[in-house]
Amino acid sequence: MTVDPKALRLPGVQVHPTTLEPRRMTLAERLYLPLLAGMMVTIRHFFLNIFRFKKKVTIEYPEERRAYSHRYRGHHILTTRPDGSPRCVACFLCATNCPADCIHIEAGESPDVNIEKYPVVYEIDMLRCVFCGYCVDACPEEAIIMSNNHDMAFYSREQSIVGKADLMKPFTISPDRLGYRPYYPEEDARHAEMRRQAFDLVAAARAKPPARDAAAS
Amino acid sequence: MPPELPSFLARFPAGSVVPQTGAGAPVDQETWVVRREVLLDLCRELHASRETRFDLLLEIFGMDYPEREQRFEAVYHLYSIPNGRRLRLKVPLAASDPTLPSVIPVWKAADWFEREAFDMFGLVFDGHPNLRRILTHEAFQGHALRKDYDAAKRWILTEDKIWQPRLEAPERGDSMFERMTINLGPSHPATHGTFRIVALVDGEEIVASEIEIGYLHRCMEKMSETHTWQQVIPYTDRLNYCSSFINNVGYCRSVEQLLGIEVPPRAVWARTILSEFSRIMDHVVANGSTLVDCGALTNFWYFYQCREEIYGLLESLCGARLTVSACRIGGLLADLPPDFVERSRRLLETIPPLISDVETLIDKNRIFLDRAVGVAAINGEEAVNWGYTGPCLRASGVGLDARKAHPYDLYDTVEWEVPVLRGGDVYDRYRLRMLEIRQSLSIIRQLLDRGVPEGPFVIDDPHVALPPKDACYNQMESMIYHFKLIMDGIQVPPGENYGFVEGANGELGFYCVSDGSGKPYRVRVRPPCFPIFSSFPTLIRGHGVSDVVATLGGLNVIAGELER
Ligand code: SF4
Ligand code: SF4
Repeated sequence: MTVDPKALRLPGVQVHPTTLEPRRMTLAERLYLPLLAGMMVTIRHFFLNIFRFKKKVTIEYPEERRAYSHRYRGHHILTTRPDGSPRCVACFLCATNCPADCIHIEAGESPDVNIEKYPVVYEIDMLRCVFCGYCVDACPEEAIIMSNNHDMAFYSREQSIVGKADLMKPFTISPDRLGYRPYYPEEDARHAEMRRQAFDLVAAARAKPPARDAAAS
Repeated sequence: MPPELPSFLARFPAGSVVPQTGAGAPVDQETWVVRREVLLDLCRELHASRETRFDLLLEIFGMDYPEREQRFEAVYHLYSIPNGRRLRLKVPLAASDPTLPSVIPVWKAADWFEREAFDMFGLVFDGHPNLRRILTHEAFQGHALRKDYDAAKRWILTEDKIWQPRLEAPERGDSMFERMTINLGPSHPATHGTFRIVALVDGEEIVASEIEIGYLHRCMEKMSETHTWQQVIPYTDRLNYCSSFINNVGYCRSVEQLLGIEVPPRAVWARTILSEFSRIMDHVVANGSTLVDCGALTNFWYFYQCREEIYGLLESLCGARLTVSACRIGGLLADLPPDFVERSRRLLETIPPLISDVETLIDKNRIFLDRAVGVAAINGEEAVNWGYTGPCLRASGVGLDARKAHPYDLYDTVEWEVPVLRGGDVYDRYRLRMLEIRQSLSIIRQLLDRGVPEGPFVIDDPHVALPPKDACYNQMESMIYHFKLIMDGIQVPPGENYGFVEGANGELGFYCVSDGSGKPYRVRVRPPCFPIFSSFPTLIRGHGVSDVVATLGGLNVIAGELER
């Protein structure tokens, strides 16, 4: 065990003070004088804000939204193949890796002979989901990714269980709303070719290059 | 080499205190197996003897090994501030008679920890004045962390057996008021969490109070036992959610020690920086809420501006602002974003002016001084006895900081100091946090100046970390590792380890036990605010109701961590 003698006094010396030394007020403090300095702070902020001498720190949500990075872990997306079928092969890895046990999959025989299975039912319970991204990490097919959409309000608990149809609406989600996925824009160059073949959604996204993380602040 | 045994051990009967050595013994710290008959005497000696001086009781918890003859085990984690030494005591107990003496006469911190062990394991502590359930409802049956308790079991708890506070205070002849019992909470704006303080007031003065917690108990420790090691990380986010990154680091470090792996320097560097940023966030919340409860709202906005910016930085790394899950066992979840250094530097410029503004507003402000100086004061001796760690302890004059005393990550490579104050009151807790924010900023600045270490962000070991995605698509071997790691989890070798970090409100420990099955046998969290909050009735006795509110924020009691 390493001990820094500077931080811890040695045995024998009393280490734990039994007395208290509370702060004592000076005369100026008794007369409330330092409050004037405090007033200057608020007045300074007031004028800086009112005349817009500095960048406004508040955001007028929902008209204006905070720019999130391209790693934001929001609502999930099930990606599709060019023919519109889900890329998912119902391997259950995402459901196994989910710490909240909120993914429900029912597998079926795929009509395509090259693909073994496909998900007949694929549901995520958004009220249970903790948006950890473990499903994205687990998927070997890049079939599930996340968007940066965090506006999820439901009228009932049943509605919060989101099915395949809602998860597969890729083209209603604008490309720059993509979120957590195995690769990020800054790594695109290296993976461009592979992704273009594998992942038509991102191909669409790259047609219009997404703003980089730097713009997110 | 095992440290020397103290000489007073010779006075105990042979076989009643057996240090564990050799194969199978825990390697993380000294462990003694103690017979329950001698426990109280041994604890007294350990606490008082000059050789050992185990003045701080970190935690008490239960363990359940149904296949053993002595099924239960009560585990004590002790720490000696003067010697910087750690010790674990294990007291085996038979299932038929799981009683052992209470150590409250030695350490007051034992109070709530013993109640928790009683609640979760049914261990009976003889001599405990108030041995009742603490995290679960009064009507709950069984003991939730026993291995034979089904994790999927649900209870419908009715109102016919509800928690009754025990408030006893001697009547004073001179009081002009009728005594009244008031409730603060469970859902009160000033509690910043869900817990109930029942106070018996005599006029404005609180003469006795009791705390009811457990509203947010989420069975985190039980759930960990049914999930893989990696899946526990999102649960740790929700402990102290003001600084979830530090919880991630604490848990990952403990498991990494158990696995015996080395985290790549890039990840260590980022972990240290982001831990410090998280600490700033946490301190900002604690101070902001203390001040806002005293009526000083402006500071809250200045503070929260820093917090928002730091959230932005965390989000650019991991995609979440509050519950980050940004660490993985063996490193981080993703590589640092390209503008990480630039953004961090920008933060180093934006935070200090905001902190100074608050200091100008508050530090010498008599309105706040009158509310804070001398309120809920606790001296160092008492604070240690109550199991305080972190800023609350340092505000009482004891300079214990795990980052200095047992440096981990990069804390021993940077220049910084442990601020210590002597007032022990609301004001000094506030001031201390402000000083620590400055220290954290200086740590971050030094690390950024060093530049980002090159290399991978997560360990390159397919048995621990998922292989990179392109390898997984293109190479059969990586694909198999990927599948195995997700289906079976990380195969942690059997053993036990107590890993700790200096959390934002004290020493945050994770005691992990593995039986080699791919799932944790037990993950025990040492929540720093648990012992701190247990002293609350003592702290506020004799103060007014408004002081309760002023005190709570400064203790930084986070219900998520308190109740797990
Ligand atoms: S984000 Fe996490 S909790 Fe949500 S579905 Fe994916 S793995 Fe499950
Ligand atoms: S891991 Fe991917 S391919 Fe497998 S079931 Fe989940 S979404 Fe489908």
